[in-house]
Amino acid sequence: MSNIRVLVGTRKGAFILTSDGARKRWKVSGPHFAGWEIYHVKGSPIDPNRIYASQSSGWFGQIIQRSDDGGKTWNTPGSTAEELKSPDGMPKGESNKFVYDGIPGTHQWYDGTQHPWEFKRVWHLEPSMNDREHVYAGVEDAALFESKDGGASWNELSGLRKHDTGPKWQPGAGGMCLHTILLDPQDSQRIYVAISAAGAFRSDDGGKTWKPINRGLHSEYIPDPAAEVGHCVHRIAMHQSRPNTLFMQKHWDVMRSDDAGDSWREVSGNLPSDFGFPIDVHAHEPETVYVVPIKSDSEHYPPSSRLRVYRSRTGGNEWESLTKGLPQRNCYVNVLRDAMSVDSLEPCGIYFGTTGGQVYGSADSGDTWKPIVRDLPAVLSVEAQTLP
Amino acid sequence: MIRVILPPHLRTLAGVDGDVELNVNATVTQRSVLDELETRYPMLRGTLRDHVTQLRRPLVRFFACGEDLSHESPDAPLPEAIATGSEPFVIIGAIAGG
Repeated sequence: MSNIRVLVGTRKGAFILTSDGARKRWKVSGPHFAGWEIYHVKGSPIDPNRIYASQSSGWFGQIIQRSDDGGKTWNTPGSTAEELKSPDGMPKGESNKFVYDGIPGTHQWYDGTQHPWEFKRVWHLEPSMNDREHVYAGVEDAALFESKDGGASWNELSGLRKHDTGPKWQPGAGGMCLHTILLDPQDSQRIYVAISAAGAFRSDDGGKTWKPINRGLHSEYIPDPAAEVGHCVHRIAMHQSRPNTLFMQKHWDVMRSDDAGDSWREVSGNLPSDFGFPIDVHAHEPETVYVVPIKSDSEHYPPSSRLRVYRSRTGGNEWESLTKGLPQRNCYVNVLRDAMSVDSLEPCGIYFGTTGGQVYGSADSGDTWKPIVRDLPAVLSVEAQTLP
Repeated sequence: MIRVILPPHLRTLAGVDGDVELNVNATVTQRSVLDELETRYPMLRGTLRDHVTQLRRPLVRFFACGEDLSHESPDAPLPEAIATGSEPFVIIGAIAGG
């Protein structure tokens, strides 16, 4: 029987939740990297025991951690115990060296002035589907980096940041972050990313060149609501079997594209609020989509203080609320953009974490929910792994 | 022997329990101490100083013999008591936020 491992990043450390395929009894390990902000933890799709973690601190900056044993032990890549004893001399210690390619240039600041690009942290790590040593990092201030040596060193794919529209990108409330990286399982050259608040971009040449893919997005809070860039995209999701179909949770609006992002249409339908952060797709049903509506951009908690996941089995527009096992009164938590994930068991499991420290799981595609843990630090990210 | 006291989070990162002891084969300055520290513990690179500019991170402070040396030149000799190891070179994270 398969096992499930859920990797949880929080404001004060990482936690690993494990269960057998029944998904009823869970073991919790952690905190790993206690006291540090863990923005994201994700395993390699081809070697699930190879796990990458983004660890950061306002004092000491960015750290990249890597495990090769499913999260039992960790090292900064390139500085393992063996490497520290190597006769070749001490390691370079560059696993946290994120340096923009060339002169960084400027982007738009909150007040409309130009502001220099400054590296702050890694928001998202996306391991390659083909090579466990190859991993992408989405960072703040927005840029895409890649490592081909298991995270020991990083190079910027600077065609993105150097796009003509770069000076028009601006930070969202959480900073100017590249938070979403989607790799096309059928085309190794195709990569999607999303940036707050610039929008979505696609590369068809492995990350060398990029084009904005924001046609159809409408954002009333920016000077030109249909601008080529400037949209606050919160998250994009894709089903592995249909890489040309994308689902997006924008600042406001839930959107869908069926042409690899070339055009988008709104599918918010009957949602009680179309503001929110995460969006995900069922593991086996490419038209089944999940969102967590949030009241508004200034009130980051569920509408009517009821925590509800909404599921559409029609690829959007028609949504049903999923409430069994979720708090339906006095609930004022948020669910952040990287804090929802699905497993690939049958029936599909779905997991999400809240800013109140709960991680909820459903082993029946969202029909019923239970808290796996209730009192973690604020949850920043959740990634489910289905283990053989 | 130079003694260096790291803040708790960096002790964990470097895998050390107490003070770090270093041999510095040069004039004992902030730069030479940090260079040796980062050579011995490469996982600390970038946590105290910027990888490229080598400037101290804004919320990191350096103390020696009860004095805040954070704004001194990194190439100024440290006090004799640091060079002899009778006093530690203390690295702290500024008290801010949480």
